[in-house]
Amino acid sequence: MIPLSYYLLLSGILFVCGVLGFLIKRNIITIFMSIELMLNGVNLSFVAFAAHWQALSGQVFVFFVMVVAAAEAAVGLAIIIAVYRTRETLNVDRVNLLKL
Amino acid sequence: MAGAVNLLVQSHPINSALSLIAVMASLAAEYLLLGAEFVAAVQVIVYAGAIMVLFVITIMLLNAGKEERSKGSRVAILLGVPGVLIGGVLVAWTLLYRSNMQATVPIGALKGDPGDIARLLFHDFLLPFEVTSVLILIAIMGAVVLASRPEAVARGARKDG
Repeated sequence: MIPLSYYLLLSGILFVCGVLGFLIKRNIITIFMSIELMLNGVNLSFVAFAAHWQALSGQVFVFFVMVVAAAEAAVGLAIIIAVYRTRETLNVDRVNLLKL
Repeated sequence: MAGAVNLLVQSHPINSALSLIAVMASLAAEYLLLGAEFVAAVQVIVYAGAIMVLFVITIMLLNAGKEERSKGSRVAILLGVPGVLIGGVLVAWTLLYRSNMQATVPIGALKGDPGDIARLLFHDFLLPFEVTSVLILIAIMGAVVLASRPEAVARGARKDG
């Protein structure tokens, strides 16, 4: 028997790590990975609550979150490739103009 | 969790990606412990498989090197880290001391086998499921359009017109 709050704590730690990476990192790919980390933390809390309330809907929701994450990763990485092609950098501080 | 911290510490993106894979794998094990077999399998296939392959390919393709520090990043560290840490400690304090500690989750308690989830997914959540399929289709088309070279898109348009 594992207390529910431990799972929530772990998911909170994952989420905080994601936010920290999002703020600190300057590499656009690493920022994207931080977003994935945040999504994973939320997924863990979804599954923990689903197990707590004995409700399968939480797991279905995790499935939807994964679908959205996959779509977001595909589009985001395509945008990264397009940005890199026009300005030859991955540093977000250098990408300060929408129009070249 | 060690993998998550490693993701922050590493300055090279490929090392971050590898530690993220470690995080995904350990989360899948966590889901298995909770009894959510379907979610664990999907986690391994979709996250550790598909999404991380996308990331690694992009890193290789763009030849990403070490990141460089700049003035903006120092400001972000100075302001962001204390704020986020305060928020995290607040959440942890609320969870540990303000919630009832009696709420426990038995290991493998939830019947998360694919059959039940499929019944739920294709009966109660049928409309959202179909909407996600359309979303994925749009995302694929958008990715193809964005990642293709502008000249190639223009050439295709000329051929059509």
